Amino acid sequence: MSKEGKSVSLEHKVLLTIPMYPDMELAAAKTASVLAELMDFEEGQVEEIQLAIIETCINAFEHSQSDDNAVHIEFLLSEDQLQFKIMDRGVGITPDILDGTRLLGSPSVHPDLRKRGRGLQIVRSLMDEVDIESSSNGTTVSVIKRKSRRTA
Amino acid sequence: MLNKFDIQIREGQEHAVIETAGYLNDALGEQLSEKARELIQNGHTQLVINLEKTTLINSIGISILIEIIEALEEREGTLNFCGLSATQERTFKMMALAKYAGIFPDEESAIANL
Repeated sequence: MSKEGKSVSLEHKVLLTIPMYPDMELAAAKTASVLAELMDFEEGQVEEIQLAIIETCINAFEHSQSDDNAVHIEFLLSEDQLQFKIMDRGVGITPDILDGTRLLGSPSVHPDLRKRGRGLQIVRSLMDEVDIESSSNGTTVSVIKRKSRRTA
Repeated sequence: MLNKFDIQIREGQEHAVIETAGYLNDALGEQLSEKARELIQNGHTQLVINLEKTTLINSIGISILIEIIEALEEREGTLNFCGLSATQERTFKMMALAKYAGIFPDEESAIANL
């Protein structure tokens, strides 16, 4: 895993808290990118991780209504996977947001070209595991991305 | 501001290329939408959006690209994308953009296929 024989693999934890301000999801994405690169994820997978964390943060920014106006992120690094938990202390998210059926924005003339409300669908398509726990005390989205096996 | 972005326009006889650089979110998306609207109003209904320098595109940025596709459809125009990363292309296919706009590896082939 890495440069000069140093390893970041063995169950390391990185904590990050970002305020809910425009573009702050990029701070989370850049942190994820650095960690994934240190773990020797392939370039395409690093981009997938960045996009997944961006979409999850934006969901929290848009829907949580949390009093502390912050998103708390826990990265767990292990030998073959990167796990991140994105937590807010908001009001929880409704089932229609969870399953992507809530209509946001103006409808498209093409039913398959839905403009909004597809962030979680993107996350699910790019990551290996996505688990969402939501209550009136907040929401935690747990995501796992496993390293792809490289062919020699 | 964390996100530094830029938009370049290259106008041909019948087509125009919009090249974006930076993180395609609501802020860059609104600028892109405005430029596209101006071009369409000026008769450029054959557009290429070059995303080679666009490192990340979020779902709000994608929703703005959908609006540009719809604006062009109203004028019977065409939109082709080029310079997408593998992840961006996969996301565009999943969100059905690839059904209504072309995806090409480079600007030259995107223009040739308008």
